[in-house]
Amino acid sequence: MNSEIDRNKLHGQAGLTRQSLFDQGYLDEQFVQLEELQDDTNPNFVEEVVTLFYRDSARLLANIEQALERSPLDFAKLDDYMLQFKGCCSSIGAKKVKNECTQFQEYCRAGSSDGCTRTFQQLKREHSTLKNKLEAYFQLA
Amino acid sequence: MCGICSLDEMNFGRRVVGSMSLPDSSVVARNDPGDVVSDHFPAGLRVLVVDDDPICLTILDKMLRTCHYDVTKCNRAEVALSLLRENKNGYDIVISDVHMPDMDGFKLLEHIGLEMDLPVIMMSADDSKNVVMKGVTHGACDYLIKPVRIEALKNVWQHVVRKKKNEWKELEQLGNMEDGDRQQKQDDLEYSSPANEGSWKNSKRKGEDEEGEERDDATTLKKPRVVWSVELHQQFVAAVNQLGIDKAVPKKILELMNVPGLTRENVASHLQKYRLYLRRVSGVSQHQGGLNNSFIGPQDASFGALPSLSGIDLQTLAAAGQLPAQTLATYQAAGLGRAAMKPGITLPFVDQGTLFSFEAPKSVFGEGRQQQQQRNSNVKHMNLLHGIPATLEPKQPSIMQQSSAQPLGSLNNMQGNTHGNGQSSSLLMQMVQPQTRGQMLNESIGGQISRIQSSVGQPSPRNRMAGNEQVMACNLASQAAPVVDFSVNHMADLPGNVYPLGSTTTPGGVTTSHQKDLYTRRLAQM
Repeated sequence: MNSEIDRNKLHGQAGLTRQSLFDQGYLDEQFVQLEELQDDTNPNFVEEVVTLFYRDSARLLANIEQALERSPLDFAKLDDYMLQFKGCCSSIGAKKVKNECTQFQEYCRAGSSDGCTRTFQQLKREHSTLKNKLEAYFQLA
Repeated sequence: MCGICSLDEMNFGRRVVGSMSLPDSSVVARNDPGDVVSDHFPAGLRVLVVDDDPICLTILDKMLRTCHYDVTKCNRAEVALSLLRENKNGYDIVISDVHMPDMDGFKLLEHIGLEMDLPVIMMSADDSKNVVMKGVTHGACDYLIKPVRIEALKNVWQHVVRKKKNEWKELEQLGNMEDGDRQQKQDDLEYSSPANEGSWKNSKRKGEDEEGEERDDATTLKKPRVVWSVELHQQFVAAVNQLGIDKAVPKKILELMNVPGLTRENVASHLQKYRLYLRRVSGVSQHQGGLNNSFIGPQDASFGALPSLSGIDLQTLAAAGQLPAQTLATYQAAGLGRAAMKPGITLPFVDQGTLFSFEAPKSVFGEGRQQQQQRNSNVKHMNLLHGIPATLEPKQPSIMQQSSAQPLGSLNNMQGNTHGNGQSSSLLMQMVQPQTRGQMLNESIGGQISRIQSSVGQPSPRNRMAGNEQVMACNLASQAAPVVDFSVNHMADLPGNVYPLGSTTTPGGVTTSHQKDLYTRRLAQM
């Protein structure tokens, strides 16, 4: 497999898959930044980072989940957790997940328990969806 | 590889080490890349990146390496701090996340400012204005919003160069100050063509060289800068605590510390910074005036006001890792540095019998002013300007370390933060107090400025306090003002709060002694 990702060179399914991820808003420009960092010295850089992301984010999400089980909700803390998580998401270009993070933070500031809980569920879904899509993509690329 | 600094830096370095000859200065980094400055610069820039998030850290590390920087990554602030402490001259710049579990990024920023005087860039996914402002007031030379793009990292080297340059300027100004009229002219020369760094620096150097001999004889112009190491700072804090913050005057502190080669001026400037720091950490509640006053020095009547910073606080602060002093120093340095451009800025030269009875405080902001009076400000003063570490008489090379420990940045922060609010920083900038020297000192204290001002009788708005600093900063930026009149004249000209002029660095983040030293050394290695 090519160590350097050249969008123009990714043929067939890999290229299409990749493009659709962008087109459908799953990924944003930051993902391209990662791709550009991939080179011969780090031929699987993108995949490694994504793997690291999913491993690390599982922990962050668990913390948030736990915090959401408290009553009453500590919105400041939740907001803080989410800021951290959002930083990770944005770093890999996980656009939809990041948007859910922003939404969640807004609910925190508004003090809406319901909003937070609902958004969190959505966030987890997006997070999981992206994971599957990326895994499929890496199989091809 | 060494980060090649500009010719100016090289020259400066040479000067510092005693070389009198003016290098053939036509070479300036940008003009003659092949000459003195390595074509590879900024490759090899030594970056310490701190982030508890492994993903971000991995990506940043990779990005920085792609920029050909020499990267050290760290996921804990405490570890980063020890790395920096163990390797004082081992890094050129620090990039740190704001949110970290073991230590707040701003705190780390302060520490670095106080102890190492390195440029620090903060990062966060949080782009809210108040947090960014906090970065500024704490002395960060830049604030990056995550996700960080490689483009943003490519240019971080500018902060390193800028800092050094500012340092150089300050030093030169100090040198100029020493020479009175001559210097004035030089300053004018210097300022007259701010853009032409190479040329004016050269001319400055020439001028200085001419006076070099006499300066050496008469003053400590070329004295190495004092580097307030952790140990030195601890001694300082111990001495201050022993005396009691209210009674801690430079002379006594100096005596207690009993460090050969350390001058009262050094102590005075450091004390000023320390006071600012204490004020800052103790919060607004601390009577700012008290702290500030202390900074200002005995002159300031309100001086004794340091309420919370009594011995206990000081000790606590001291225990905290000497940050306060250093941070303060940083601020001072920063403030001073900026304003200090004026030759006379160095700590109120005791000899001068100056205005600063207090010695340091005044000089912080009013240093320039005082300096002017003193004229013989020597290099010592310069240090102040830069950042904090009081210039150290050259006789004690041990004291002076290449890297000024005082991070101006943090100092700057401190000032700004005295109140713990961003406003302070702006205040700092604005504070320049052209008025009486004594007042200037008071004013320089920073946030507390408002207090001090009143105590000082400053007619100007509270922001004036930092006037000196600000003025200085402005002056620096404007470069047009004669050094001596920096603060005063410029204040008027300044539009208002002026953040570190001329640079994106933190307010008053002039301390570049470290950088300078770094480059000096690197040059030596070349």
